[in-house]
Formats: sequence, C-alpha cells, structure tokens
Amino acid sequence: MDTLTGVRADFPILARTVRNGKPLVYLDSAATSQRPHQVLDAVAEFERAHNGAVQRGAHLIAEEATEAFEGARASVARLVNASAPQEIVWTGNATQSINLVAGGIANASAGIGGAEAERFRVGPGDTIVVTETEHHANLVPWQQLCVRTGATLKWIEVDDEGRMRPDSIASVIDETTKVVAFTAASNVTGIVTDVAPIVAKAREVGALTVLDACQAVPHLPVDVQALGIDFAAFSGHKMLGPTGIGALWGRGTLLDALPPVVFGGGSVKTVTMETTTWLDAPHRFESGSQPVAQAVGLGAAAEYLMAFGMENVARHEARLAQIMREGVAQLPGIRLLGPVGDVAKADVLGLAAVVVDGVHAHDVGQILDDAGIAVRVGHHCNQPLHRRFGVVSSTRASAHLYTTEDEARAFVDVLGTVRTFFGVNS
Amino acid sequence: MSDLEQMYQQVILDYAKTRRGSGLVTPEAPSVGESHQVNTTCGDEITLRVGLDGDLITSVSWEGQGCSISQASASMLAEMMDGANLRTADETMEAFMALMHHKGVPLGDEREDLLEDATAFVGVGKYPARIKCALISWIALRDAIARATVGTEGSTP
Repeated sequence: MDTLTGVRADFPILARTVRNGKPLVYLDSAATSQRPHQVLDAVAEFERAHNGAVQRGAHLIAEEATEAFEGARASVARLVNASAPQEIVWTGNATQSINLVAGGIANASAGIGGAEAERFRVGPGDTIVVTETEHHANLVPWQQLCVRTGATLKWIEVDDEGRMRPDSIASVIDETTKVVAFTAASNVTGIVTDVAPIVAKAREVGALTVLDACQAVPHLPVDVQALGIDFAAFSGHKMLGPTGIGALWGRGTLLDALPPVVFGGGSVKTVTMETTTWLDAPHRFESGSQPVAQAVGLGAAAEYLMAFGMENVARHEARLAQIMREGVAQLPGIRLLGPVGDVAKADVLGLAAVVVDGVHAHDVGQILDDAGIAVRVGHHCNQPLHRRFGVVSSTRASAHLYTTEDEARAFVDVLGTVRTFFGVNS
Repeated sequence: MSDLEQMYQQVILDYAKTRRGSGLVTPEAPSVGESHQVNTTCGDEITLRVGLDGDLITSVSWEGQGCSISQASASMLAEMMDGANLRTADETMEAFMALMHHKGVPLGDEREDLLEDATAFVGVGKYPARIKCALISWIALRDAIARATVGTEGSTP
C-alpha cells in the first residue's frame, strides 16, 4: 500500500526500539492498537485549551468543551453509520457497553423503567443466546443476567474451524429467545461473522440482537443500520483511540426505553424523594462526569479511520492475514486456529492465532519478544473457544492499518525458529 | 549470554522436560493439604499436594500444565521440598520470591545455598510478565502447607 509510509509516520511509538535496539514489530493490535499523533494531539489540545464542564457551564470554554464532546459523538456515529449521534452512548469500553445493555435488561426485569421498559423484561422460561466463540466480555454479562432473572443461557455451537454452525443458529434461536448476543468478528480465529442469517432468525422470533463489534469497527466497514442489529458495542483503544472510552450504539427507540444501570446526576429529567424519570439517550446512560478528553480522542480516531477509508483498512489487513496464515501453514508442528487453506477471501481479520506443538504460548511469545515482535499469549479472554479447540492457550499476532507486510513475514520467520530453540524439532 | 538465554538456561529446560513429582499421589501422612492455583493470564493451572508428618514434608506431588518456566519451577520445587522441614521450606520460599524480584541479578548471599539449582531462575526476574509462571507452584506449596496444618496448630478454634 503506497500510503503506508505516511501512515507509519503518524504513529510515534512505531519508531521506538525494544530489546537491545531492535525495531518494534507491533503485532498486538487486537489487544490494543497504537494511536496516531492526530489522536494524541486532539486529547492534548482539548486539555490545554478547551477543558470545561460539558453540558453544564454557561461560559465560553464550557461551550467549547460541549461542542468537542458532542462533535466526537457525531464522528463516531458517522463511522458506523448510526442514524443520529444520539444513538452513540459513551462508555468506558466495550465491556461496559455490553454490561450496560445486560444491566438495563436486568433492571427492566426487576420493574425499573416502567411500562416503556417492559419490552426488555426477561425471566424464567426465556432464553438468552450467545455463541461458543464469544470473548468473555460478551459471555459473562449474559450468564450473570440469567442468574439474576432466571432466564436460561443457550449458545450457538461452532465447527472445527470456529465458524458458527448454521444448523445450530437455526435450532438454538427459538420462540423463547429474548436476546441474541454475538461477535462481529472473532478475536481468536479472526472469522468475520455472517450477521444476516442470525439477525433474520432473531427478528423472526422477536429477539433483540446485541453485536460485539469490538474487533470489527477498528478493522472493517461497519454499517449498523444495514446490519439490522439492535445494539453494537466497541472500544476506543482498539480503534486507534484512547483507553477509558468506548461506545454503545443502539436503535434510538430502544435506547430511549432501556433503563439505565448507573444512576445519578446528568441523566435525570425530574427527581422527587420517591421517584425519578430519565432523560432520553444518550444522556440517561451518562450519569456523572464523563471521560471527555478521551471521547474527543476517540472522535479524532474515527475521523482518522474514515480519512483512510475502512475499505482500505480491510483490504490491507486481508493481505496481511494471507501472508501470516499461509506462512504459518507451511511451518511444521504449528497449528493455526481458525480457517486454514484459502484465506484470500476477506472474511478473516488480519490476525493469526497459533499453537506450537510441544511449546507453551508463553514460551513462544518470549522468543518473538526477543526479536522485537510483540504478540499476545494466553487465552485472549476466550477460554471456551480454546477449550473447543482442545487447547488452553495460543499465540496471536494481530495487525492494523499501520502493519507492514515485512512485519507479517517477520512473525512467520521467527515463529519458524521456536521449535528448534526448545529442542522439540523431532 | 543474552537475557533470553539467561532465562531459558539448560537446567530449566531439562527440569521442564523431565518432571519431578509430576502426577498426584495420595500421601500416607498424618496430614495432607492440597492447593489449586490458576494463572489468569494464560489459564495455566497447577494442583499441588503435600503430606506432612509434624514439621516434616514427607510428600510433594503435583499435576498441571503450563509454560517451561512454570513446569520447571514445579519440578524443581518437588525435588527440593520432598523431605524438607517446614522451616527450610519457608526460608527457601522466601529466598525464591526474593530472587524473582531481584531484576535478574543473583542474590549473592547465603540464600543461594538454600536455592541450589533454583538459582537458575534468576533470569526470570528480568521479565515481569513471567514471574507469576515461576511462582505459581511456590504459591501452591505455601497454600497446601497452610491447608495441611489447619487444625493441627493450636487447639482453640
């Protein structure tokens, strides 16, 4: 990609060296991405010149702060094609976004939110559906919702490559299903979910759909309206933005009826000693002071991604996926989790999680780290899928728009030396 | 020797490969304690069991899976602690923890005599993310001993 040189110069951290002067090869973007100076500068500029209490003050800098805060919301809304900025709720991260929906449903089930929240109620006899490929963040909140409400958790099973099985989608989602929560793209296999059949089935039975878009929004074009989903959760720090900020997108009509989880000031319409009514979304969910500078940074990140073009990000990463996955497939004694074979199809993220025969992921990661290559080791907050694959942990390389083809090749090359180092080459 | 070679010394790789005390046994001892520990980063687990006769450790066995550092550490621990008395176990544990937090520099004092081959773990101290790997079996040992001695020390509930 001819624009890549310019892109790399935008990310200051990519110029640093690690482990005895080796250039940093950052292949841990699925865990957290790096930030371009446009994001770092936007945060610093806000703090230096425009910091004020948002939506409260009657003075100039408070107005500027509010404008920056809401402008960022509009940028993020545009990135995912929300129909209005009010459909974007700021949260701390994707985990909090998902908990906001699950917690809101729990509160509705406990009678909070009145008649308008009745549509969210779940209880004994109802089912909540997840999938076997979920990150813990999109599994545990639903498990716990079931514990609280008496609803039953069911899950869509995956095949040996980690793809959600069509027969399982068809049989697990039924008339009792109230919520279907599923990932837009797996953080282990990299498989991009075919959303349409799940949404179609969920709609058929009147269930809400909650998309964990944490790995999708940073890497692929995501159009929440075209997908037909009801809620989508994503994190700022995985999409070139700061930590401590994430977003929940929801259909306006649903967000305006879902009870909040965090109660306090800034979210209320009227308060008496006995009762409270809430503002419309997003404010009903944004009690207390907000991570304003971080939101501004996330807005800048959304603008950066849009300027680059999400189609271009996806195309670049598909090429990197191909280099890594085809390269790994050539190495003896190394198993690739997820699709093998023809990965030229753009339905896999730019990542490769591998299991090295006879060598633990921690040890694999250490050898890569010594070569300056930063990867993730462990279960990547996805124990059930690893268990499904019959392993405890794996080593994952993951790219972003700033990753070069040479870096993808370096991962494959160094990975190829690991079994020799540990003497398991037999 | 590079940092990497210092961490993965041959003696460590050997202990990881040829495991001592691996496979849980049921000790014939007056008191038995067992501990299960998980490394939340990677999901690695260890179950370690001790048999105690008074203040003597008469049996150490374990079961688990993990990286070469954690396996070597458990393996060496089993060899060293089987037959040790509780006071030595305690002092060795303290010495090993001190070594882990010594940033890759040898302790350079009499504690090294207690640690014997375990001084080879010195290089782990340069990699903060790996200290837990080396410590997990020792944490399990301490917990297992505590469980074995519950009710045997002091009579007032």
